[in-house]
Formats: sequence, structure tokens, C-alpha cells
Amino acid sequence: MKGGSASSGGTDAPSNSSSSSSRTKKPKYSKFTQQELPACKPILTPGYVIMIFTAVGVIFIPVGLFSLFASESVVEIVDRYDIDCVPSNYSSNMLAYIQSTATNKTCTRSLNITKEMKSPVFIYYQLDNFYQNHRRYAQSVCFSYTIYFEESTCDHRHRNLKIAFRYVKSRSDKQLRSSKYESDTKDCAPEATSKGFPIVPCGLTAWSLFNDTYGFSVKNKALEVSKKNIAWKSDKGHKFGSDVYPKNFQTGELIGGGKLNSSIPLSEQDDLIVWMRTAALPSFRKLYGKIEVDLQVNDQVTVVIQNNYNTYSFGGKKKVVLSTTSWIGGKNDFLGIAYLTVGGLCLFLAISFILVYVAKPRPLGDPTYLSWNRNPAGN
Amino acid sequence: MAGNRRKRHNFSSQIHAFTCGKTSFQGDHSLIGGPGFSRVVYCNDPDCFESSVLNYSDNYVRTTKYTLATFLPRSIFEQFRRVANLYFLLCAILSFTPLSPYSAVSNVLPLVVVIGATMGKEILEDWRRKKQDIEVNNRKVKVHFGDGVFESSKWKDLKVGDIVKVEKDEFFPADLILLSSSYEEAICYVETTNLDGETNLKLKQALDATSNLIEDSSFQNFKAIIRCEDPNASLYSFVGTMDIEEQQYPLSPQQLLLRDSKLRNTDYIYGVVIFTGHDTKVIQNSTPPPSKRSKIERRMDKIIYFLFGTLVLMSIIGSIIFGITTSEDIEDGRMKRWYLRPDDTTVYYDPKRAAAAAILQFWTDVLLYGYLIPISLYVSIEIVKMLQSRFINQDIHMYYEEADKPALARTSNLNEELGQVDTILSDKTGTLTCNSMEFIKCSIAGTSYGRGVTEVERAMASRKGSPLPQEATEEEANVVESAEEKASVKGYNFVDERIVNGNWVKEPRADVIHKFLRLLAICHTALPEIDEETGRITYEAESPDEAAFVIAARELGFEFYERTQTSISLHELDPVSCRSVERSYKLLNVLEFSSSRKRMSVIVRNEEGTLLLLSKGADSSVMFERLAENGREFEEQTKAHINEYADAGLRTLILAYRELDEEEYNRFNEEFTVAKNSLSADREEMIEEAAEKIEKDLILLGATAVEDKLQNGVPECIDKLAQAGIKLWVLTGDKMETAINIGFACSLLRQGMQQIVVNSDTPETKALEKSEDKSAVAAALKESVIRQILDGRTLLRASNESSEALALIIDGKSLAYALEDDVKDIFLELAIGCASVICCRSSPKQKALVTRLVKVKTGSTTLAIGDGANDVGMLQEADIGVGISGAEGMQAVMSSDIAIAQFRFLERLLLVHGHWCYRRISSMICYFFYKNIAFGFTIFFFQMYASFSGQTVYNDWFLSLYNVFFTSLPVIALGVFDQDVTARLCLRFPLLYQEGIQNVLFSWTRILGWAFNGVLSAIIIFFFCIRAMEQQAFRKGGEVAGLEILGATMYTCVVWVVNCQMALSISYFTFIQHIFIWGGIIFWYLFLLAYGAMDPYISTTAYKVFIEACAPAPFFWLITILVLISSLLPYFAYSSIQMRFFPFYHQMIQWIRVDGQIDDPEYVYMVRQRSLRPTTVGFTARFEASSRNLKADLEKMTEGQAL
Repeated sequence: MKGGSASSGGTDAPSNSSSSSSRTKKPKYSKFTQQELPACKPILTPGYVIMIFTAVGVIFIPVGLFSLFASESVVEIVDRYDIDCVPSNYSSNMLAYIQSTATNKTCTRSLNITKEMKSPVFIYYQLDNFYQNHRRYAQSVCFSYTIYFEESTCDHRHRNLKIAFRYVKSRSDKQLRSSKYESDTKDCAPEATSKGFPIVPCGLTAWSLFNDTYGFSVKNKALEVSKKNIAWKSDKGHKFGSDVYPKNFQTGELIGGGKLNSSIPLSEQDDLIVWMRTAALPSFRKLYGKIEVDLQVNDQVTVVIQNNYNTYSFGGKKKVVLSTTSWIGGKNDFLGIAYLTVGGLCLFLAISFILVYVAKPRPLGDPTYLSWNRNPAGN
Repeated sequence: MAGNRRKRHNFSSQIHAFTCGKTSFQGDHSLIGGPGFSRVVYCNDPDCFESSVLNYSDNYVRTTKYTLATFLPRSIFEQFRRVANLYFLLCAILSFTPLSPYSAVSNVLPLVVVIGATMGKEILEDWRRKKQDIEVNNRKVKVHFGDGVFESSKWKDLKVGDIVKVEKDEFFPADLILLSSSYEEAICYVETTNLDGETNLKLKQALDATSNLIEDSSFQNFKAIIRCEDPNASLYSFVGTMDIEEQQYPLSPQQLLLRDSKLRNTDYIYGVVIFTGHDTKVIQNSTPPPSKRSKIERRMDKIIYFLFGTLVLMSIIGSIIFGITTSEDIEDGRMKRWYLRPDDTTVYYDPKRAAAAAILQFWTDVLLYGYLIPISLYVSIEIVKMLQSRFINQDIHMYYEEADKPALARTSNLNEELGQVDTILSDKTGTLTCNSMEFIKCSIAGTSYGRGVTEVERAMASRKGSPLPQEATEEEANVVESAEEKASVKGYNFVDERIVNGNWVKEPRADVIHKFLRLLAICHTALPEIDEETGRITYEAESPDEAAFVIAARELGFEFYERTQTSISLHELDPVSCRSVERSYKLLNVLEFSSSRKRMSVIVRNEEGTLLLLSKGADSSVMFERLAENGREFEEQTKAHINEYADAGLRTLILAYRELDEEEYNRFNEEFTVAKNSLSADREEMIEEAAEKIEKDLILLGATAVEDKLQNGVPECIDKLAQAGIKLWVLTGDKMETAINIGFACSLLRQGMQQIVVNSDTPETKALEKSEDKSAVAAALKESVIRQILDGRTLLRASNESSEALALIIDGKSLAYALEDDVKDIFLELAIGCASVICCRSSPKQKALVTRLVKVKTGSTTLAIGDGANDVGMLQEADIGVGISGAEGMQAVMSSDIAIAQFRFLERLLLVHGHWCYRRISSMICYFFYKNIAFGFTIFFFQMYASFSGQTVYNDWFLSLYNVFFTSLPVIALGVFDQDVTARLCLRFPLLYQEGIQNVLFSWTRILGWAFNGVLSAIIIFFFCIRAMEQQAFRKGGEVAGLEILGATMYTCVVWVVNCQMALSISYFTFIQHIFIWGGIIFWYLFLLAYGAMDPYISTTAYKVFIEACAPAPFFWLITILVLISSLLPYFAYSSIQMRFFPFYHQMIQWIRVDGQIDDPEYVYMVRQRSLRPTTVGFTARFEASSRNLKADLEKMTEGQAL
């Protein structure tokens, strides 16, 4: 090598101490300015590649097995009742059945316990094809997402004069948190006011509250359904005020879903709180309650359903679900299977890499692979 | 003062006496007062009513882009000229309408940050200019305040009509009319380096009428009115009149002193201000430099358009589906999705007006999917480029100790372009060479003197000698050089004991040597400057070769020490007495050098009264034909020597003289004076004609040879660049022989390389030129050029088969034809095919034209490098202009994009910084698109599950902080710090540079590959998350995952995936990368904690989502790990296969480094050879060519033996 390259000789660190260097424009030498910081420069050598693939495989497969096992240990009973609970004479016009106030909505279902269910057994209702995540729905939840520069917002007449400062465009639960703000229903349309009075809780979500009810019994012995702790603590504690009581709710010309007991503050209306927590997907479950006793194999659980909620007009399904949980939650094999698949794939890749290196060994950096000439410089 | 002045008179000189001929009224002067010539200056009369009416601008010069008042509107306008920013502005406005799927603040804030950052940068840059302005505007100058009192005043306070006094080595504060100077003749010398890059001094002379105003007090009662042209940009023309005491005098450029030029060799001058501030010619001349954008940035725009197209497509799909689902919400008057209350709704969701709802939804979608287009891309790139530039400026290997000059990246937006340079167009003088001339040899009376060895001779010796001792000779050369440097006098490198120290008197033709040296000492236009302390004389000369002559004459005993207007005085060695005597010669005429004459002469009368014409001329063709019959005594030997010198890469001049008789001289002088004083257009021609008549029948004395020294490290640098596959074209104003010599010295040419010479200076063309009909001559010349080019092309095609290297050498005259529209394509074809191209005798304009031709026609990136004012056009035209911050003024540097001090730094600038910057920027952009596509598509996918209503799955602030906080710093770290291979390896494997030229790291396949990877990641993240978090409980407490939990989980996955993808794709982990990448992830969790802890007013859906819901659930952590690994798996598998079996060149080098074979020279050489395409220029190529020949010879010999 010729030492000719002007740059190779200059690694000497100049002394910055001399007084003259302060006057020169000579760049200060440091590992940082010269881009010579100590660094680790990993490259994907076969060793690393095989090691990483193997490690991922070795870790993922047991994790997958554990998850799958946990999911399998969960006992889940799902019963779809929306069609079967409509009397056969209404089966051609289910909508008329559900909208009529005269029809008997009670319906009895029997569920067979195939595996022992340890308490607590969670009761869910499941709705399909119900878009709680529709923008109109999710954002019309009667919570005003508007903060005014001035906090006192009771005065309707002045509201328009104030400059609205849109803070965030999602729920901020204002009306629900404190009775002070109960007239704050700006974005709740069309369920904001009823006959000129603000609705509490306002908005489409509360208005369309799910109102089927379930009663459970085994061997004619009623099972107690606990509604304790079915809502998130933070919702109860901070988003729904204990001094806010339902007002003018479901008093409009069009009744949506369930009604609320106006003597119970919102923070105690667990069903409402659960319902108000927007579901992510159009097919969702929400916690209805818990059964705090074990259910034995071959027990017949009788469910008495008050089939009130209208899913017939949009073709939604209604299901009642009984499920236990494990550390991984409810029954869903996906996580376990995905772990197993990815782990298996990694092991497979590791093995194929090993095979390739055995079949086609070459010393690292074999220049025959250095094939710049294959794509010669563009002329 | 007066005493001082008188003393000065003895020194004063007026060599240019004839140029100071009386100015007279010309045709142009009649225009004064008319349109375009309306300026009226009331000199020395600031209070007079008329001047206050005229209200000319003040002398404040502003170079800043903005003022306080215009900053906001102008900079905002600049910002929104970018299409992307305009789009973001549109989004921001839309976000205030009910269309917006998220809050306005979260959308506006990033835009404000981005715009604010860019504007902050503008402020910073403008502030620097402002500081410079303040410095300039507050310089002091002495101004007449009335009553003959001059006081210091600031430049900016000058007004038109003020009288100023400028002292030696000060700059002129405005355009002035010279009134008088410290010289009796009212002349002064001016240095105009800042204006035109010329280093020689220019002479200005005031009117006779004002030349008596020699003292401050003379201005007490001075009054004058100047009428002149309006401000314009022409530096070399000026028309005006001056009225003094009812008398009118004409003014010409001869009286005009321009702002930014410098007073030299003159104690002081008085002048009157006529143009101030922005009216001055230099400011009128300054044009904003063309704004250049890099190829990568232009391609990036296309990607943005592509993404924008994708966005619109997605929005259309979304809005159509939304329209359909909305229209189905009411069927036969019955509500389907009753919970949406479609009967009582706004236009946005109205089933009866579904089309309108869909159109409005389209805009919502445009806002929603806006995350596909990275808002922070531009600002990140600007930050990165600024930091990259700082690294370039701080590179200690590009710092030039001697001149105390580091590299300076003046514009930062071309950094990555440095990594893609395909063709370098280089100036020669001052760039490849030092522009320092050394007198090294001479031929006197047919004998060659001088033993110095030139760089070229060294190169030639090594070329002729065996290839292996090449290094040895170079080392030797270095030794010799260093030995020489010890005792050297700048510009003088003459070693010959026969001549030096007065030994020449013993030589057989001492009389000729005497005349020769005397001629060197007299025939020039240099000015002596005596250092008053040491008594040493230095010279101020127009060109470095002239200085070299005077210095040589001084060193050899003919010391030129004084010049007056009429005389030249020498200390000369008397050949008889061998003592130094003072002699002075009466200077009668100077026949100046011009490019057409290629010679200069002086006519002097010596002390004996003999009239002598002393002449030196460039070309043999110029001088030899002017020799008298009896003057050709040494013609043959001298010609031989000249050829020898030219071969050695030296500049030669021929010296000749002649004695004149009085009568002939008088006749000439008469004619010459008439010609000088004539004002007609053909004045130049008349002067030339007169000179022609006297410059004949000369007697040859000999020839001089001056070495144009190559800069340090130039051959090595060119070799490296050639190995990197960069083509180097030399564009020089020098003559062909010199250019070829330098070509050899730089290894651009070598023996055995076929040279295609396109020349219009051949005997045939000469003959053609004699003909009268100019157009016929032009046509014939053009034809000849085309023929030569076509011949060259045939040669080229033949050589393509034999892979022989060709060199193209073309002269300026031919170039003029070759650049014509109908010829330039074949010319370019030929030029591109040749390994080296040398254009000699090319004008600045031609340089720019060639640059444009290469840039436009081949589409490849061009880099122009030069140091002089004549390179400015080329520098501005090229994709990148690199200025050499050398001695020849700042003009080139001011118009360059990057300034370096030495040509050799180009190697590091391109191969290291260029490569790195190219790689960094291209990886950065690819990664940017990756991360935004990965994020944006998850939003889109969610829409499929929210009936395309525009509901976002993420919290508003997650959305808006994505580009700003959680993913931006690692990208910036990548753009600033990443290195594929170290600087040492970059230089060791120059071919690595081809990655940039071929643009492999930013090809469409690579970009689309990254985009595909982004979509893939989005698919894995989204579908894994929603499949895993379906309806079932996601933790032991039986709670199900709602929108906010899904959003937080998915966002966590996105942050992990994009940051780890970054970690996978960078190859240089310093602690900075670690901090930014892992810090980004940790910061996300901290943010989630902090944000979640805020009041639900603010945190909304993120309220306690992490603490209460996600963190305690093992499910959350499991899904994060699963999604992370699965998303990275495709890329990881792909890159391990690619790295192993289809490595890029930089990856090959990484392999070699990892294997520890980097220090095995043989191995490295093998790799380099294997991967090299044949290099055609540079000394490595030369070395190989000669070893090939050697091998061939050996084979022949063995064959012969076998036979």
C-alpha cells in the first residue's frame, strides 16, 4: 500500500493546549468529531443467524405450549339465542316481535356444562355486527370533549359567545363526572336534550344501552349473579361521578335501549359503565356478571333471558357466554398457535441454514462471492 | 503630510503611462441626462437642496434573506412552497372542521414544530449573514465633514456625494470616483480579487482637474456635480461627466473605484461617492446562487407523490365503502343500525345523502391516512444534513495546516450527492497544480542550464523505468524535494553551478547570458516592494510566471529594485568588473501581453543611449517567425530544448531582443501613440498592428522553462478516484502541450494510451484561416472537427473490443464547434467512451457548457472543482461545485457548494463522506417510509372493522407524537452516525463508491422493498393483535379488551417493531444509537405512564390504560413479543440470506473485516482485483499496463528461446 492517501497519516492527536491552536481554525480532534466512536458493528454471520433462529425457536415453542395449554384449560360455553328466542309465529318478522311492547320477551335456554367450571365463572353477552367503534357512535357519547376557557358552562345563552377550544376529539366524560356539567351536552346530538332539558347520560352510546337480562339456575336453584367489579376501577372512580344521577333518560319519542334507575348515581351503574367502554371490533363481548360458585360437569344451567335488545334490524347476533379464565384470560388458541408456528418456523430456518452451510461451505469472505463484476458499472 | 508625499514621489512609478492617456468625450457621453443616465451627484454638498430631493439609497448593504418585518410572511411562503408542507397545512385546516377524525391540536402541533424548526434554522443562517452585514456596515472610513476636516464614519452612514479618504490596504466602501491620490499623477493601484478573482493590480487615474486636491484642507471649498449613468451591473463600463467650476470633464471607468476592491501600493486616495449600498456595481452583480437539489431528494419527491397516490386511493376505497354502508342504514324507511340514529343525523352520516357523506368522508380519510406521509421527514433530513456538514467541516483529515483552512460545506443539501459523483470536471491551474511557478531551467545561446527535476520528469522516469521501483523513485523524489525545500526561494528552483553566484561570466557565451538575464529583469510589468526592515525586495506581478522571472533574475544577479513611470532600475552584475552596479533604463513603451499576441515587449533606452526592444513570447510559432535572419543562430538547439522542456511538463517562453534605430522608433512611437489615444472600436487592433511592425527581426537569446507545480498528493488522489470509477475531465485554459504534460504527471495519460487529439490548430486549419471568407473558414473548421471526432469514434469502437484505454484531448477552438447543437451528441459519445478527457484552451463559458452537456445528456452527477473566477460558471452549473480555497481569491469559494483547501481532500470528501452521506440519507429515507407505512396501514386496516367511519384506534396524541417523539431520534442517529465500513476501509476499497454511482442503495426495488416490508409489518401487527384480542377476556379478571386497550397494545407493538427494525438495519452501534433506539422504546412506556396518570379530561382513552389494564396482564407482554419477533422475521431472514449469498459490496467488505483478513495485504489485493472492473487511468492502471507489457515481452522472449 502506498501511504499516499493523504488522510491515513493524520491520526495524530494534536495538542489543543498550545495557545496558538485557539486561534487556528484547526478542527478539534475527538473521537466524536472524527466519527471514530467505539462502536459495535454486528453483521449477520452464519453463526449469529443460526444462533438467533435457534434461540427464538427454543424460547417460543415452550411459551406457545404454555399459552395453548392455558387457553385449553379455559371452559367456555357460548349460546346464541337471538333467533331461537323469537317465537316461531314471529320468525318471519322478528323486528315486529322485538319492537312490540305487547309480546312476551322471556325465553328460557338450557346450557350443558361439559367440563367443570371453577368459580368465578364470568357471564358475558356477545353482540356481533354491532359497530360500537363507528365514529358517529363512539364520539357521540354524551361526554363533551369541549373545554371552554371558562369553567362555568351552565349558562346556555353565553355558550355561543365563548370561543370553543377543541381540546381532544374523544371522550372526556365531562358530563358524567360531575353534576356541575350535566348540561354540557354539546356533542351528544341527537341524544343531547329531551324537550329542552339536557339528558344525563346523553349521547348515542348511553341511549342504546344493552338491556337483555339473564337469570341463571342449576337444578332449579337460582345462581346468584354478582355485578361486583365488572367495570374498570378507573371508570368507576374517575369517569363516572357519584353525584351524577340519570335525568331525562329515555324520555324522547324514540326509546333506544335500556333505562336507568334515576336514584342510583352513575358511578354505581356498572352495566352502563361497562357498556360505555367502547369495544374495538364489531364483534364483542361485555361482562354481564360473575357466578361465584363452581359449576359441575353435566350440570344443566337454565338461563332465563329477557330478550329486549333489538339486534334484528341490523342482522346482529346475540349470545350469552359462560367462561372461566386462566392467567392468559379467556379461551383463544391464537396466541399459543402463533407462538408455536413462529417458533417452529425459526427452528426450521435454523436447520435449513445449517444444512446450507454444510452443503455449501465456504470460508468466510470467500472472494468468489464478491461479484461486483456481475453488475458492471453503467457505461 | 506634504513631506511624506514628496518623499513618496521618488518611489512612485508609472509604468502604465500610456494607459493614462487623456480621457475625452466619447459618443456615450452624449447620452448623459437621458434615460438610463440620469444620476446627478452633488459632490461635497450634503446639505444642498437638490441632493436631498434626489434621495439616493444609503450605503447600508443587506445580504440577509429576511428583515424583521418580512421574515414571517416570506419564510412562511418559502415553507409552503413545498408540496408536502402545503398538504400538511391543508390537513391542519381540515382538522378544525367536523370532518376531522381526531383533534385539531394534535394535528397542528407537529406541523407547528416542523415549520418552527425549519424557520429556526433559517433564522440561524440569516443571523450569521446579519452579523457579517453588521461587521461590513460598521467598518470605518474617513469622511469629509466640511471645513476640510475628515473624521471616521461608519460605512453605512455614507451618502452619495460624500468625499472619502481611503488609505492603503483598505477596501472602498462604495463606488467612488477617484479625485486624487498620494501620487502626484493622481494614480492608484487597485486589487480586484473580490470582484473578478484576478490577482494582478489595476491602475486607476483621476482627472487632471482634481489631481491637485492633495490635502484634507483642499476639500474645504471643493464643489462639483457629477452626472452619470444609473446603477447597473457592468463592472467594466462607466460613463459620466464632472462639472467643476463651469468646466465639464468626461469620466470613464478609469476613474471609477469599485466597492469591495482594495487600495494597494498607494498611501491614500480621495474619492467622491457616487453609488452607495445596493446601487454599487458589485452588489448589482451578485446573483443569488442557483439552488441545487440532490438526485435523492428529487427521487424522494416521487416517493412522496407515490405515497400520496396510495393515500388518495385508500381514501377513495374507504369513502366508497363508507358511502355504501351508510346508505344501507335506512332501508324502506326502517333504520337498520338504529343505534346510530340514521334518521336524525348530520350530513356526514346521512343515509339519504350517502354520496355527500362519502365525499366528506373522503376528506376525513385523507386526514386519517395522512400518517403515510411523514411530516417530520423534511425537517429530519435538514437536521441530519446540517449535522453531516458539521462532520465534514470538522474532519481533521481535510484540514490544510499551511493555509489554516478546514473544509467548509457551504450548502448542506448536497451531502448525499457527494456519494454519487460520476464525473469530475477539474480546473487545472490552482486546482491540480499549485499555481506557483518555479524557474527551473533555461536555454541560453543553445546551451541548456538547470538541473532541477520536475514532478513530470519523475513521473516519466518511473514510467519509462521498470514498474516496481516506482515507489522507490517516489521516495527518492520526496527526499530530494525536502532537501530542496530547505533553502528554497519561492518561485525559484534553479540549480546549476555554471550560472549561479556569478559564475556565468566564465561561460563561453557570457554576452548572451548577460543580455538574457537583463531581459528577464527588464521585460515585465511587475512592481518591486521593498521590505523596509530587511531590505528584501519582493515583487507584485500580474502572473506567477512573471514573478518567477524577476525572482530568477534577482537570484542570478540582476536585481530589479525600482520602477518609475519612465524608468526601470537594476542592480546588475557587471561582467567585466564582476561587481554589482546600479543601472537604470529609460522605459519608453510597454507592449502588453494579450492572449492574441501571446508575447510582450518593452522598449527601453539604456544608459549608453541605445534603444532596445526586449521581447518574450509564448509559442515557438509566435516568436520564431519574428526572428531576424542573423538572429537564428541558436534556433535549432533552442527548439530542441523547448521540446525537451515541454515534455518535462514545463512552461516555456522564448526570449529575444533587438536594437532599434532612432528613426524607426520615432515612426513607431508616433503610430503607437495615435493608436493608444484613439477611441474608436478598433483601438486594440491598431495597437496590435503598430506593435506587430516593431516586433520583428529579433535576435534569439534563449528560452526559459518554468514548472507549474502539482499540488501535494494529486496523482495519488486521482488514482484513488479512478479506482472508484469516477471519471476525471480536465478543463483548462492552458495550451495543449502544458495540459498534456500535466495529464501525464497526473497519470491521466500514459504511454501506450491512444490519444485522440481534436485540434483546430493544425497546419491545415492554419492554412484555412488565411482565407478571407470568415463563414467559409468556420464551416471548414467545423467540418474538420466533426471529421476528427468521427475518426475518434471509429477508434473508440475498435478499442472497445480490445479494451484499450483512450484519451481525448480537445482544444478550445474545436470545443466551440463540438459544443454546437448538431455535434455535441457525437462529441459526448466519444468523450464518455474515453478514459480521460482533457479540454485545453477552454474559456470559462466553455467550461460551463461542457459541464452542462455532461450533466444534462448523461444524467449522471457531475462535480466541478476549481479555484478561480473563471471556474465560477462551471461550479454553478455542475451538480456539485467544489471550490479550492487557495490563493486565487474567494470568487470560486463563494460560488461553490463545498470548499476544500487542496485537491487531494477530494478523495476523502467523496470516498468517505460522500459515501457515508449517500448511504445514510438513502437508508434514512427508506426507513422513514417503512415506519410510516407500517403505522399508516394499521390505521387503514382498522377502518375495515369500523365500517370505514374514520374512527381511529389510537389516541390522538399517540398519533401525533409518533413521528415526533417515539421514532424520530433513532432515524436522525442513523442519518448522522451510521457507517457501513470505516473511513479507512472506504479509502482502501475505493470501488465501494460505485454503490453511489449506480445508486444501488436507493433504487426503486429497494424503496419498494422497504415499502413492502412496511405493509408486511402492518399486516402482522394489526392482524396478530386483533386475532389475539378478539372477544375473549384478556386477563384473569375476566375483563375484555376495548378500543383503548387494543389501541395501546397495537401502538406498543408498532413502537417496538419500528425501533427494532432500525436496530436490525444499522451497522454501527455507538452508545448514541443505543440511547436513541432503546430510549425511544422506554420513552414510550414512560409517556404512557405519565399521560395515563393525567386527568381523564386530557388523557381520555389513555387514562390509566397501562397501569390498570395492560401492564398487569401477561397477555399484553406476550402479544408484544410475538408481534415484534414475527414482524422482524421476514426482514431478518431476507437479510441473512442476502448478506450471505448476494452481498452488496459494502457487505463484502464487512465480511472481510469480520474474518480478520483486512490486514492481509495479499488477500485484500486479491479481493480488490477480483471485484475491480479494469481501471483505465491513474498510476495503478499505469502500473498494471506496464506489467502486462512486461509479461508480454517475457512471453515473447521465451517463445523466441523455444524457437
